[in-house]
Amino acid sequence: MIKKGTFVRIEKTILEAEERTSKIPDDTKAVPFKMWTKGILQNDCKMNEEATIITMANRKDTGKLVEVDPMYELNYGEFLPEMIEIDLRLKNER
Amino acid sequence: MKDKNLFEQVMSRREEILDKALGIDYSAYEQEGLAFDYEKMMEECAYSLEDAVKIQRENGVGSTPLIELKNITALARKYAPKGKGARILLKDEACNVSGSFKDRRASISAYHAKKLGYEGIIAATSGNYGAAVAAQAAKQGLKCIIIQECYDSRQVGQPEIIEKARKCEALGAEVIQTTVGPELFFESLAVLEETGFFNASLYSPFGIAGVETLGYELATECKEKYGKYPEAVVCTNAGGGNLTGTARGLKKSGATDTRVVGASVNLAGLHMASDHDFNKKSFTTGHTGFGIPFATFPDRSDVLRSAARPLRYMDEYYLVEQGEVFFITEMLAQLEGYERGPAGNTSLAVAFKLAQEMNEDEILIVQETEYTGAGKHINAQMSFARQNGVELKFGDPSTSVAGKNIILPDKLSDINITNVDLDKLRASYLKTMLNNYDRKISDLTNVEIQYLQDELKINKDKLDKLLQTLEV
Repeated sequence: MIKKGTFVRIEKTILEAEERTSKIPDDTKAVPFKMWTKGILQNDCKMNEEATIITMANRKDTGKLVEVDPMYELNYGEFLPEMIEIDLRLKNER
Repeated sequence: MKDKNLFEQVMSRREEILDKALGIDYSAYEQEGLAFDYEKMMEECAYSLEDAVKIQRENGVGSTPLIELKNITALARKYAPKGKGARILLKDEACNVSGSFKDRRASISAYHAKKLGYEGIIAATSGNYGAAVAAQAAKQGLKCIIIQECYDSRQVGQPEIIEKARKCEALGAEVIQTTVGPELFFESLAVLEETGFFNASLYSPFGIAGVETLGYELATECKEKYGKYPEAVVCTNAGGGNLTGTARGLKKSGATDTRVVGASVNLAGLHMASDHDFNKKSFTTGHTGFGIPFATFPDRSDVLRSAARPLRYMDEYYLVEQGEVFFITEMLAQLEGYERGPAGNTSLAVAFKLAQEMNEDEILIVQETEYTGAGKHINAQMSFARQNGVELKFGDPSTSVAGKNIILPDKLSDINITNVDLDKLRASYLKTMLNNYDRKISDLTNVEIQYLQDELKINKDKLDKLLQTLEV
């Protein structure tokens, strides 16, 4: 059980695939249009169940609870030998 | 979706919601048929250049350094014919409060929203503009919601966009992230209606007036330091606001002979609304997927009449390949000590080649940089491309196919630019406008004809010739 007051992420399907606008490519039309947002959980709730949150803009929203204590996992990517190659070529140009 | 008709209901209230969320009565500027009074709208709705400078100075925006890129200029000259190789200057817009020129746009919108008494501010953007709006909302004590297209249907996010979400949240905003699709506009309208917040559209007169200070600063600073205005200014072009605002600022400062050059990354072949193509691209802005459609139909934006109208100001327009911009981004770091970009360096890649065609005593200004970091760094972007099946290699960038490969230039002489035929864009603009407003060429009034000339920066003869090509 995730406790009320926890910072969480919720997911919502805004439009099912068949409800989507016709002016989009077929691959996009074949999948639902979804959204995610984060906020403070307002009720004790299990993962993947309907949760109500208050967001950082003080907005109330509901959706499926998909993440607890969401973290950023950004990085600079894997080592690329091409980057070293660019640097060596530039050094030779000076 | 609980109410299947909600989509239609919200979309049908589009004009009403947008009017309320911006406080501009666009009908006051409509003229005849397809024409509207652009200059009157800019004059009455936006802030004067003096007021914009004042607002920006109080909010950590503007007065960014203009730097001469001596080492890059020397390298461009090495590959240029004798006597050629213009001096390349760079406006380091990454020094603005949230790290890009977008602070100029956001500062005016947030100031205006506060003045009108709005409780909060909303922007639909996956780019640096989100961070800029969040930063200015923080300064003005406004609530802030940023809505960004971020994930494909596998829930794989563009690293560059995830970084911008992190930054918006770090500056106090709520970030709503969606999957790929133009329905983001619906979500944006729904949240505007729900909250009653101000719509900090990129395309409002406030946003564009905010960029005029950039053109003004670089013209006056160049004149002070070098005794003349620059011969050319290169602007990375996506929605058209950067180029429009900069060009207006140049004119207002007296630099009327300066060539205004647009630059975009060539993403031809990738569909911007395709779930599959979404993570095949390594640039989320500054590319042809925005640059071309927004030039040929500016009013496709989230306001009724866009203040960003690039064909009014553009003298030339060039495209570069993704691999060329990545290479130039690394060049800026390795030769000049500025770790910036990558999307903001699109104009620098064009400038490197364009300078080689200009005289040595001429000045070429690249008018922006943007911050870089985890996710939005060339190493992160190229690594992500490789993970998504895009081939990364050295070779001739002119053979690149966006979504299939990224070709880094084998030799510096391989860095090239492709000229976009502006007359083709103008013809496409005319076709779209005539269709959208259901106007026949033979019925166009004098007011409409003058409007089209202003919109396309051409005389009557040229307009007649272009209209003739449409009739065939």
